[in-house]
Amino acid sequence: MPAGNDTQPTPKVTPAQVRAWLEAVPDPEIPVLSIAELGILRDVQCRADETVVVITPTYSGCPAMQAIEQAIAARLRRHGVAAFRIRTRLAPPWSSDWITAAGRRKLLEYGIAPPVRTAGCGPAGADNQPLVACPQCGSTQTVRVSEFGATACKALYRCEDCLEPFDYFKCI
Amino acid sequence: MNQRQALYEYLLRLGDNALILGQRLTEWIGHAPALEEELGSANVALDLIGQARGWLAYAGTVEGAGRDEDTLALQRDVLDFRNALLLEQPNGHYGDTIARQYLFDAFHYPLLEALRGCADQHIAAIAAKSYKEAGYHRRRSAEWMVRLGDGTAESHAKLQRSVDTLWPYTGELFTPDEVDRTLQSLGVAADLTAVYQTWDEDVARTLKTATLQRPQAGWMQSGGKQGRHSEQLGYILAQMQFLPRAYPDARW
Repeated sequence: MPAGNDTQPTPKVTPAQVRAWLEAVPDPEIPVLSIAELGILRDVQCRADETVVVITPTYSGCPAMQAIEQAIAARLRRHGVAAFRIRTRLAPPWSSDWITAAGRRKLLEYGIAPPVRTAGCGPAGADNQPLVACPQCGSTQTVRVSEFGATACKALYRCEDCLEPFDYFKCI
Repeated sequence: MNQRQALYEYLLRLGDNALILGQRLTEWIGHAPALEEELGSANVALDLIGQARGWLAYAGTVEGAGRDEDTLALQRDVLDFRNALLLEQPNGHYGDTIARQYLFDAFHYPLLEALRGCADQHIAAIAAKSYKEAGYHRRRSAEWMVRLGDGTAESHAKLQRSVDTLWPYTGELFTPDEVDRTLQSLGVAADLTAVYQTWDEDVARTLKTATLQRPQAGWMQSGGKQGRHSEQLGYILAQMQFLPRAYPDARW
């Protein structure tokens, strides 16, 4: 490396550019979704001395956060951004309403019922049950088998018409 | 007690409640009574340990002695823990675990609801996040209370005994002390009288639906919030802290 490079500033990047690079980072647990579609990529700021990426966890104990940070860091470095910080922001808390329309479509195609809008399922923990459609046959004759599924963000359901079990991405 | 000391103590209570119950729930992994309950216990534990991380990280910042959440969780001894005694009670049979969970969830949910409006922004943010999760926990444990209480004669009798045994540990959840009073005057701590009212109504409704008797008001255990624990906590810490204490340089 030629001498003098150390003093050269990091190549100028814009938030739109960084966002475009990061939008393709997949969620480690539901790889059909990107972190942008899932709504956990909250903000990108490009300051004179560093780039700041802000993410938020879906659930407090989400074990994927570290893997997501590593994937973001790897992608930034690949694009020549050396000075960056990845911050976690809790407020406002993540909501399943933040999953984009494209994200919802991809979940359905993947076989996971997308979350009912929070307005339709009441406050978290309300006793009324949302109407969840089967991702295989579309029937709403479904029953909840378990409040908790394979990951913190999913519940386990079964369709009474096609008899297939399926994951439901919880409304929160 | 100054404001910073009170805040540190308060955060330890919030964090240790979540941490110790989360640790207890992980003891079910591998032998819960059904696969769905295996997943349910592990998921609730995961939420609680995630919440504990938030509270304890902030506690470390407030303390200002350079301790992070891992140091606080894994290098304090029994007398330094501030969880309520209810949370360290053994898992027992599944009815015991469910009764402990429900009695706590019915308290945790309105507590976090109140703390969302806390004057301290960090507390408000962690509470708003945790509140959504606690809602799911409460709904699940309340459903199990009804299923077991209004189930067979045997499940009913067993759950009634669980509720009776755990009841004396519920008092300290709602008993304010100097820490609560100092912070409540600053708009930081939740008003435990209001939280109790919500808990009381919730518990009365659930016990009735579950065909269970509400235990008579009587003598209540106390001390966990101030660091005086039952022998149970030592065993929990021995298991939870063994690895980092034996191999302090170990990295994940």
